[in-house]
Amino acid sequence: MLSAKSKTGLVFFPAFDWAISPTHPEREERLLYTQDQVFEEGLLDIEGIVEYKPDLAAMEDIRRVHFCHPDEKSVITESHLISAGGALKIGVELVERRIERGFALVRPPGHHAMRVVHGARGFCNINIEAIMIEHLREAYGIDRVAIVDTDCHHGDGTQNIYWHDPDTLFISIHQDGRTLYPGSGFHDEMGGPSALGTTVNIPLPPRTSEQGFLYVLENAVLPILDDFKPQLIVNSAGQDNHYSDPITNMSFSAQGYAELTHRLQPHIAVLEGGYSIEGALPYVNVGIILALAGVDFQNVREPDYNPDRIRQSRDTSEYIRQLVEVVMDAWSSAPKIRASNREKGGFAQRDLRIFYDTSGILENQRETLLVCEACSGTLRIDSRTDKGSRILAVHIPRKACVRCREQGYAWFDSGEIRNYDSFYLQDRTQDQYFVRRK
Amino acid sequence: MIIGLDVGGTHTDAVLIGSEGILRYTKVVTNSSKLFESVWGALVEVTQDVPPESIRRIVLSTTLTTNAIAEGKLEKAGMIVSSGPGIAPEYYRTGEHYFTVSGSIDHRGREIQPVDRLEIEAISARLQAAGVRHVGVVGKFSVRNPAHELEINELLDKSFDYVALGHRLSGNLSFPRRIATAHLSASVYSIHGKFFQAVQESLQMKGMDLPIYILKADGGTMNLETSLTNPAQSILSGPAASVMGSLLFASKDQETLVLDIGGTTTDMAVLIRGTPLLEPFGIEIGGYKTLIRGLKTRSIALGGDTSVRVLDGKLKIGPERKGPAMAYGGPAPTPTDALFVLGKTTDGDRESARAGLDPIARKLGISLEETAGRIFDQACDMILEAAAHMVAEINGKPVYTVHEVLEGHRVKPTEILVLGGPAPHFAQRLAALTDVGIRVVPYWQVTNAIGAALARNTSEVTLFVDTERGIALAPEEDFSQSVKRDFSRDAARELACRLLRIKHQREGASDPEPEMEVIEESQFNMVRQFHTSGRNIRVKVQVKPGLIPEYGCILENPIGLPAHA
Ligand SMILES: [Zn+2]
Ligand SMILES: [Zn+2]
Repeated sequence: MLSAKSKTGLVFFPAFDWAISPTHPEREERLLYTQDQVFEEGLLDIEGIVEYKPDLAAMEDIRRVHFCHPDEKSVITESHLISAGGALKIGVELVERRIERGFALVRPPGHHAMRVVHGARGFCNINIEAIMIEHLREAYGIDRVAIVDTDCHHGDGTQNIYWHDPDTLFISIHQDGRTLYPGSGFHDEMGGPSALGTTVNIPLPPRTSEQGFLYVLENAVLPILDDFKPQLIVNSAGQDNHYSDPITNMSFSAQGYAELTHRLQPHIAVLEGGYSIEGALPYVNVGIILALAGVDFQNVREPDYNPDRIRQSRDTSEYIRQLVEVVMDAWSSAPKIRASNREKGGFAQRDLRIFYDTSGILENQRETLLVCEACSGTLRIDSRTDKGSRILAVHIPRKACVRCREQGYAWFDSGEIRNYDSFYLQDRTQDQYFVRRK
Repeated sequence: MIIGLDVGGTHTDAVLIGSEGILRYTKVVTNSSKLFESVWGALVEVTQDVPPESIRRIVLSTTLTTNAIAEGKLEKAGMIVSSGPGIAPEYYRTGEHYFTVSGSIDHRGREIQPVDRLEIEAISARLQAAGVRHVGVVGKFSVRNPAHELEINELLDKSFDYVALGHRLSGNLSFPRRIATAHLSASVYSIHGKFFQAVQESLQMKGMDLPIYILKADGGTMNLETSLTNPAQSILSGPAASVMGSLLFASKDQETLVLDIGGTTTDMAVLIRGTPLLEPFGIEIGGYKTLIRGLKTRSIALGGDTSVRVLDGKLKIGPERKGPAMAYGGPAPTPTDALFVLGKTTDGDRESARAGLDPIARKLGISLEETAGRIFDQACDMILEAAAHMVAEINGKPVYTVHEVLEGHRVKPTEILVLGGPAPHFAQRLAALTDVGIRVVPYWQVTNAIGAALARNTSEVTLFVDTERGIALAPEEDFSQSVKRDFSRDAARELACRLLRIKHQREGASDPEPEMEVIEESQFNMVRQFHTSGRNIRVKVQVKPGLIPEYGCILENPIGLPAHA
C-alpha cells in the first residue's frame, strides 16, 4: 500500500468553466488532462494525501495585499476568489498542522499581479500567494516567509508586492527577461533600500535543462534559504519551463520538477503558469504531488522524454556558474548596504512603468518610501493609467513604527484629492483598509 | 408474488410479497460456513405451499463474496498489468501471480508503447503451469483505449476460465482501483458462480424456474447471467438492502438520513429526495479501494450489543462487541441492557442486565436508572455525531467549476429514518436530541429483505468522445465508433442513453423505458495553436437506484407483519 511520508493536502481547482477567452492559453481545457492523469494514477487514494475544497477568499484578504481600482469587483471574477481561496485553504490547513505539505493546483494564476491592480497582467489579476501569506501573517502571526518562484516568467507581481519587505524573501528563477515576457527580473533587481537583498533574481538562458535548474537550487537557492531561515517556504510552481511549453524556450522536465520539489521541500506549492497542457502538465503535476508527499517518483516521466535531446550546452552551464557567483556575492553583501540605507533614512523614490498585457492598460507609478531605521517604512504610490485613472495608494507595513504609521495617515488624510479618482490606505498594523473617493 | 432475501451477519431474512402486501417473512440464523443452507432454508420456509408458478422473481443479497474477501478466502488469480510511466505498478501487486508488462497508453488514449506479444504468451504459459484459472488484465488508461487489454485477452486465447478486463468493470479513471477490481473479480468468480448455480438448480428442482436477480452494492439488481461475468458487483450488497428497503418510506421531497442500528454496528446512508447517494469512485472493502459502484454508506462500531465500561471515570461505549447483551446471557453490559434497566425491553433477563450495569453505576456514583439513561444518551449522541460527520464529508466533496463552488447544493437532511433491532427505542431518544423529524421504518425487522425484493435494475454508462481523434468510446459496453468533427454534446448524450437502454435490458430490467438521468456531462473545446481542433466530451448516464413500481401495496395495505413463519 502506498502512503505519503509527509501528510500532504491538495486543493485541485481546474475552473472547468472559466477562460480569459476561448482560445487563450488560460482556458477551460488547461487542467483537463492533468485531472485525468491525477485521477488515473489514483493519487487521491494514497494514504496521507487529502483533497480539500477551496475556500472563497474574502474582501479583507484581497485588501490586505492589493489596491484594486476602481474596486475589487471591477477587476476580479469569482474564479480569482476561488483560486486565491484554494491557496488560502492549503495555508490554513498547514499552519493548523493538519498537513505537513500542501499544493494548491488551481487556476487562474497570480504571480504577475502587483500591489496596485487596474486590470489583468500576464493572465493574472490578484496575487494568490501574497493573499495567502498575508492571511497567515494576520491570523497566525507567521513572520518570516520565503517564496521561491520557479515559473518560467519572472514573478514581477510578487516581487513588486514584497520589494520593500525584509521579512519576505523572494527568489525568482526564470528565463532571461531579454528573451521573454515580462522583460524584468535581472540579477541586479534586489529590493528597495530598506529590504535590499531579500529579492533575488536568477535569470537563466533559454534551453537551460535539469542540470542548470538543479545547480541553481543547490548553489544559490538552498544556501540563501539556509541563511534566511524562513518559517514558511512557498513555491510558486509554474510549469512553463518544460521543454514542450509552447510559449517559452526552456528544457526542464517532469523528473526535473519532481527532483527540484524533493530537494527544495517547500511547505506549500502553488501552481502558476504552464501551457503544455497535454505533454507536460499531467506529468509535472503528478511528479510534484508525489515529491511533496515523499512518495517514489522515479518512474514519472513524459512519454517522449529523452534527456539527451534536451541537455543544455556547456556554455549555458558556464554562464549559470558565473551568474550564481554574482548572485551569492550580492546576497552576502546586501545586509550591510541595507543597514546603512536605513540608518541614512529620508525618502526614496522610484518610477515604474507597468504594462497590463492582458487588459491592455499602461500604468505609470511613482513610489515614495519613507526609509526608516525602526521599521521597513511606509510606502506611497501615485499611479495613473493611459485610460485616465489616477489614484494615491498608501501602504503602512505590518511592523510600522509610530512615526511611519502617522506619515501614512498624513498622506491619506491631508492629500489633495482633487486630481485623483481615489485615495486608498492599507494599515497593516491594524489590518484596516480605507478608501476616500473624490 | 416476489421474493427478497438478505443474508446478514447474524440472520438471514426472506420476505414473500404479493399484490396485497407482505405475505410472509422468515428469519433464520446465518451459518456463514454453510451459507447455502441458510439461503436455501429461508427460501424453503418462505415459499412453503406456494404454487411455484405464482412466483415471478427472486432477488438475493448475500454476504458470499463479501465474506470471502473479509476472510481472505479468495481463489488464486493471475494479474497482467501494463502501465508505462507513472507510479511504479509494482506498488499495486496483488499477490504471487502478478506480472507487469510492457505497453502503454496515454491520457488521450494514444498508444505510446505496443504490447509485447511474446511476453504475454510466456506469462500465459507460466500462469497455466501454476494452475491459475482466473486472470485480471489491466492497463493504465484502458478506459480511453482498451486495445491493449483486448489484445492481451486474445493472446490468452481462452486458456483460462475467466478473464476480467479492466475497461469492462467501470468507465471511471483510477488505475490502482482498476487493478483491485479486476483482481477481486477474478478471485471471487468461481465462488460466486458455483454458489448461484447451486441455488438455481435447487430452485429448478422445486419447479421454480424463475429469473434470479442478485443485489449489487449500488442498491440495484442484475440478472444472474450478468453477475457471472461481473461477480465483483455483488460485493457489499448488505448495507444496500436495508437502504433500499427504507426508500419505500422516505419522503420523496426531502433529504433523508437512514440509520440502520444493528447489534454490532450502525450503518448510515443519505437519500436525496428518495434516491440514495453513491460513492463517487467506488466502494472500499477489506482494504481494497475499488471501482465497484456502491451506495455511500458509513458504518460505526456502535450497536445494541456494543460493550459498555467506565474508563478514567468516564462512560465508554465500544468499539468492541463481546457478545450479546447480558440480558440474553452475554458477557458484558451493552446499550441493550440499558434498555432492559429502563424497562423498554422485556423479552430477556432484566436482572442480569441490572447486575451488568451495577458496577458501572457504582463507578459513576449514580443510580442504576440514571446510568442506563446515560448509556442510551451517549450512544445516541455518538450516532448523531457520526451522521453529522458523514454529511460534512459529503458537502466537503471537491468540485471543479466556478459554478459548483458558488451554487453547489449542500446536503442537509430534514428527516431521519431508523431501522434495525432496537430502532423504536433509539428513535424515541434520538428525537429528543435533534430537531430533525424522526420516524421508525415500518417492518423495521425485515427492511433489508423488502429492499432486496423491490430493488430495480441499475445501470451506468460512461461515454468518452474525442473528435480530434475521431472516436466515441463506451469502454464498459465494449463499444467504440468513429465520429466526425462536428459530433455534438447532444449527440453524445443521445448515444450514451441508447447504450444505457440496451445495457439495462440485457442486465435484466423489467421496465422497457427506464428513467435515465445524466449524472456527469462536460464538453471542452480542444485548442491547438490558437485554433479549435476538436471537442472532448464526457457523459455519464445512469438508471438510478429505485424500487420496482409494484411496491405500492405495502404502503396501501398496512396489514402489519404476519407472524414469524
Ligand atoms: Zn509563466
Ligand atoms: Zn518606521
